[in-house]
Amino acid sequence: MTTPSLSNLLMAPVNAVMRVIDAPLRRLQKATGIGGMAAFFLAPNMLIFGIFVLLPLVINFVYSMTGGTAFFLSERDFIGGAQYSRLFECQNYLDPMSCQEDAFWTAVGNTFWFVVLQVSLMILTALITALILNRELAARSFWRAVFFFPVLLSPVVVGLIWKWILQRQGLLNFGLYQFGMDPYTWLTDRNWTFAATIGVSLWAHMGFYALIILAGLQAIPKDLYEAAEMDGTKPARVFWRITLPLLAPNLLVVVVLALIKSVQVFDEIYVLTGGGPGTSTLFLTQYIYETGFASALRNPGLAAAASILMGTVLVVLTLIQLGIGKRGENKGKR
Amino acid sequence: MKTRSLLTGLALAFLTSTAAHAGDVRIMWYSDGVEGEVMKDLVGRFMKENPGINVILDNVAYSVIKEQLPVQLEAGNGPDIARVTAIKDLSRHWLDLRPLVKDAKYWDDNFGLQADWMRPDGSNQISGFMTQITLTGGFANKTLFDQAGVPIPGPKATWEDWAAASKKVQESQQVPFAMAIDRSGHRITAPLLSYGANYIGSDGKPAPLDQGAKDYLTKFVDWADDGTVSKDVWVSAAGNTYRAAADDFINGQLAFYYSGSWQVANLATKIGNNFDWVAVGSPCGPAACTGMPGGAALVAVKYTKNPKDVATVMDWFAQEKIVKEFSERTLFLPGNKAVVDKGGLDFKSDNEQAKAALNVFVESTKTTSEAALKLPGWRWSDTVYAAIVTRIGQTLAGELKIDDAFTRIDSDIAQKVKDAGK
Repeated sequence: MTTPSLSNLLMAPVNAVMRVIDAPLRRLQKATGIGGMAAFFLAPNMLIFGIFVLLPLVINFVYSMTGGTAFFLSERDFIGGAQYSRLFECQNYLDPMSCQEDAFWTAVGNTFWFVVLQVSLMILTALITALILNRELAARSFWRAVFFFPVLLSPVVVGLIWKWILQRQGLLNFGLYQFGMDPYTWLTDRNWTFAATIGVSLWAHMGFYALIILAGLQAIPKDLYEAAEMDGTKPARVFWRITLPLLAPNLLVVVVLALIKSVQVFDEIYVLTGGGPGTSTLFLTQYIYETGFASALRNPGLAAAASILMGTVLVVLTLIQLGIGKRGENKGKR
Repeated sequence: MKTRSLLTGLALAFLTSTAAHAGDVRIMWYSDGVEGEVMKDLVGRFMKENPGINVILDNVAYSVIKEQLPVQLEAGNGPDIARVTAIKDLSRHWLDLRPLVKDAKYWDDNFGLQADWMRPDGSNQISGFMTQITLTGGFANKTLFDQAGVPIPGPKATWEDWAAASKKVQESQQVPFAMAIDRSGHRITAPLLSYGANYIGSDGKPAPLDQGAKDYLTKFVDWADDGTVSKDVWVSAAGNTYRAAADDFINGQLAFYYSGSWQVANLATKIGNNFDWVAVGSPCGPAACTGMPGGAALVAVKYTKNPKDVATVMDWFAQEKIVKEFSERTLFLPGNKAVVDKGGLDFKSDNEQAKAALNVFVESTKTTSEAALKLPGWRWSDTVYAAIVTRIGQTLAGELKIDDAFTRIDSDIAQKVKDAGK
């Protein structure tokens, strides 16, 4: 008599279940075909997706068509597109103060510049970091951990750490003072504060994107570099002709993720600056949060309309990027 | 902090939805100082005396009370009792305890002065009672004044007197700022009222900013521009986010700090023997020398499954002896008339400065103006406060001119009133 192995023992209940469901599934396949089976297996996921993503999206859209301060939909009046009209009521979109919802347009402008600057700098720094970490360095694993460490921190912790560093009596000013320099108001000067939000965001998230690019770099076949070396190709040409084109899929992922993340920026900046000084670091997500939940007399309808607009912009941007990515792939195939 | 608050809120939402067992009374409580510990002790005593009622005390962050409790209440959920500051704004959610308490007359006699602050307009509902009455007022760093050889302005000193004296201290002692006021509409309303401002229009709705309000706000912005008033605290956030300047005072960076009575325990604990400080009441303006009253209330929530038990709990905590003990141990000004009238409060503190400061605040209640007393019970107070803080914050950050800020404050308030009417 043979003793059953551990894996057989562990698989026994699974096999039992499989035997029970085998017959009905075969009948189902016969009735619906292969395509029907795919739908059957996808159904649980689609149900969860529907309940937790699509349904809230629809409810959010309905909210954006209602007015008042009540939370229950049943207690809210249908006002059509009035919330959208209110958001778009503006004499000059480049001058937020000429708009009825000036805070919204200020937040749009701030978010736009934040996205442009932060995403560009993020890709550049993540790429440089990944290229350096991909080289034969002493204690390479240690350095990789160092750059990845901030990603593990909670955004609130990131905000607080940098607040302690940058505030009037913070670590940075203490350092400047020790060197005989005057302290500076990093978090209350409009220009410095905006730069600080970009810097903090880079510090907090760069490691994640560097890791994606690093994975791409390590997937590039070594023999391509060896062939280039044998041909005497200059390093810059190797980078532009081999590294960058082969990294393109990873870079596209990084651009899409960094873009979505930067449009949604909220927590660490909210803790760091609270949107100030004035409204110079007020971003869209904070505007939506404050309008819907934190202001005196909350306006969930206006917040919902702003979030629908933000979501629409994100979808369009993602589609454009995916289109560009696909065109690049097709070009490569030809 | 925010993530933790959200998780706490979710946990509370789950817990409160299951708090329907007979005899269970759930209290949502936040603390500024030591009152959470005092409350825990009192709850223990209550349960010993009333073994049939199980009181569950949920200590939460203030942000949960401010941002998540209103959402729970709108959904018809929430705790059985809550300690809140937005007492008028949420008054439609409070339970009428009048038919449930043992002696409604006791409640009317002792808590009647603030009853309107926490009930829907036009009703005689008993919703709860104030766990503490607060009053805004100033604190001076006596050590800095003494070192600078500048006498501390007297009880009738104006805002200008305080600005001039504090400026002298700042220049002499090389501190970053002479004065600071918390970034709060409630706080800045006190000097506005002293300058003759009136927020309430003849129809009971918000009136446009008047000359009194404009005069003080103009002066405030000028003082911020010349470095007399700390800009930092006012530009450190967008919107109507609250920011206190207490840390600057505690760190000896300010000659004069305008906040309120609730800071006494905080200052006493954190300043210790580092320097001498005194409470000085509210400086005067052309119209008054008023502070702004306010406070936190313990209110019963109408969605409770155990209204009788809730009333028993509220009756016990509203007793004169319990209110007195709570005030003495927490260093809060009591909201019970009998306790105030009888006097003899023995605040439990070794800190003589704290005791003296509390007496100054008790004394300052006598100069509180009629207009100031009306505002805590006025539905639109928070709306006006929010508009002022938002737009003056932008002005100090250089985004708006003061006249544009006035126009925006009026239009913001008008829009909110319109939104609420939809």
